[in-house]
Amino acid sequence: MNSDLTDSILYLDAVSVSFDGFKALNDLSFVVGRGELRAIIGPNGAGKTTMMDVVTGKTRPDKGTVVFDGSVDLTTRDESAIASLGIGRKFQKPTVFDHQTVEDNLLLALEGPRTAFSSLFGWRNRIAVNQILEALSIIRLGDLKDRLAGSLSHGQKQWLEIGMLLAQNPKLLLVDEPVAGMTDAETEETARLLASIAGEHAVVVVEHDMSFVRALNCKVTCLHEGSVLAEGTIDSVSANDRVIDVYLGR
Amino acid sequence: MMAFLFHRFDKASLVFIVALALIAVFVPVLNLAVPDGSTFHIPTYLVSLWGKYLSYALLALALDLVWGYCGILSLGHGAFFALGGYAMGMYLMRQIGARGVYADPILPDFMVFLNWKELPITWYFFDHFAYALVMIILVPALLALVFGWFAFRSRVTGVYLSIITQSLTYALLLAFFRNDMGFGGNNGLTDFKDIIGFSIQAPATRATLFSITAVMLAFGFLVARSMVASRFGQVLASIRDAESRTRFLGYRVENYKLLVFVVSAAMAGIAGALYVPQVGIINPSEFAPDNSIEAVIWVAVGGRGTLIGAAIGAVLVNFAKTWLTGTFPDFWLYGLGALFILVTLFLPKGIIGALAARFGARGKGEAA
Repeated sequence: MNSDLTDSILYLDAVSVSFDGFKALNDLSFVVGRGELRAIIGPNGAGKTTMMDVVTGKTRPDKGTVVFDGSVDLTTRDESAIASLGIGRKFQKPTVFDHQTVEDNLLLALEGPRTAFSSLFGWRNRIAVNQILEALSIIRLGDLKDRLAGSLSHGQKQWLEIGMLLAQNPKLLLVDEPVAGMTDAETEETARLLASIAGEHAVVVVEHDMSFVRALNCKVTCLHEGSVLAEGTIDSVSANDRVIDVYLGR
Repeated sequence: MMAFLFHRFDKASLVFIVALALIAVFVPVLNLAVPDGSTFHIPTYLVSLWGKYLSYALLALALDLVWGYCGILSLGHGAFFALGGYAMGMYLMRQIGARGVYADPILPDFMVFLNWKELPITWYFFDHFAYALVMIILVPALLALVFGWFAFRSRVTGVYLSIITQSLTYALLLAFFRNDMGFGGNNGLTDFKDIIGFSIQAPATRATLFSITAVMLAFGFLVARSMVASRFGQVLASIRDAESRTRFLGYRVENYKLLVFVVSAAMAGIAGALYVPQVGIINPSEFAPDNSIEAVIWVAVGGRGTLIGAAIGAVLVNFAKTWLTGTFPDFWLYGLGALFILVTLFLPKGIIGALAARFGARGKGEAA
């Protein structure tokens, strides 16, 4: 287990969370390696989003170990501390700052000091637009950089939020249902994008769209009732009888 | 400092500052230099009345900074205003000295009346103007710091926060009503004689106080505008629109809220300190929750999240209040209620917000 821990970017061991007696996570253990791309699948209520809440500090686990980057205990930190460590999160429902422009959304996310002082007088006021040009071109919103984020289409908002994740330059990206509401072409693009940023960053993707998961071409973890049901290649997981029973259907 | 105060300066801000500078100069001139009978003469009572409006405008500006830009709907900003006012009132009381009814050189009249022998510690050093100036800012700021520290760390938001701010000002109202608090009980502080050696009744003093209020309003506007025009203001807007998202980006939301809340409270305190010498009295009714709610209406009427709108809303509503309470005294509260409903229904962005939308002059970062 120890080499697992030191080589991991994210290490969960026997994590349990319950809400009013309902066990959202039940002895959940899994490990994500540095730079790895991992897909998480599972039926509704399997604990996928709760797992992300635990990792990002939104929910405190009742018990268990959550370690980031081989040594940092996440269970005692809050959201902003965890984000500053280098964990970025994209929500299931795209959440961008509607009343601000695409460019400003990215500038807000750009890695760097985040203290009140730096945003009042300091560094954050001297960010040049070219520092986010790369993110703008990756998410293909360069032409829309002065538009208010609230006026973007659903798919564009998804991409903007992914762009904000990239601007944060985190070591670990947690991406919750990135292709919901996207066209097939956009879905394909997103799979390509996430696969291309893995390696430099570790990426954990929660998704229901099986063709998208297949396109990611990575190790898959299937959750069920708060713990790991199966783990392996997409072919082995989708051939697993239990996975077929509870999730994929016959 | 100058670079901070004037970066991304827009035309509307320039017009506002110039307008304030002009009235700061011309109102005193028209009051003091133009003879009484002339059409252009402004009587002293009007100077003080408009000085009062301008101090309300500064309070509205402070409220808009937290409500319009950070979504903190404070229903207790009158508390900070009143605390600043009391600090100024205490200085003015101690200036009376032996000229009071009981002619005690140290103790204000109400303390002699209550048969007190010594000055309470809270009143020490208030004979020094500089000390009073520090307290005008420090006391509201400290209260905001302690209150905000607990509230924002515990993530109290929305209507719950509003209710707690309301309780805060109500608790202070009850406390200041008590004689043994040592702040004059329900009579408050009044009968002021002079301020740094100038008679408080003299037209020249009144005119000067008016000008100082206009200048402080301009300065408060500059500070608030620079804050919201910087990246800091963008983070505030992010907190207002999607607080948890902002946390997940790594921003310490509670620190941002605390800073803007404390700055706003200090601004409200200064407004209260400018109000008291022009009105001539401060009593616990300034802590009444109604006052804080009225201030929210000023901001809503003028335009939330526009700063200039908040100031204009305060002046307009109070002008209407003076007129209506004079002409139809029983009608004012209905008028105020109707105004709030009408603005919410037909001008959700307030007067300035509606004008800006109409003429497309909406500046960056002024989104409501």
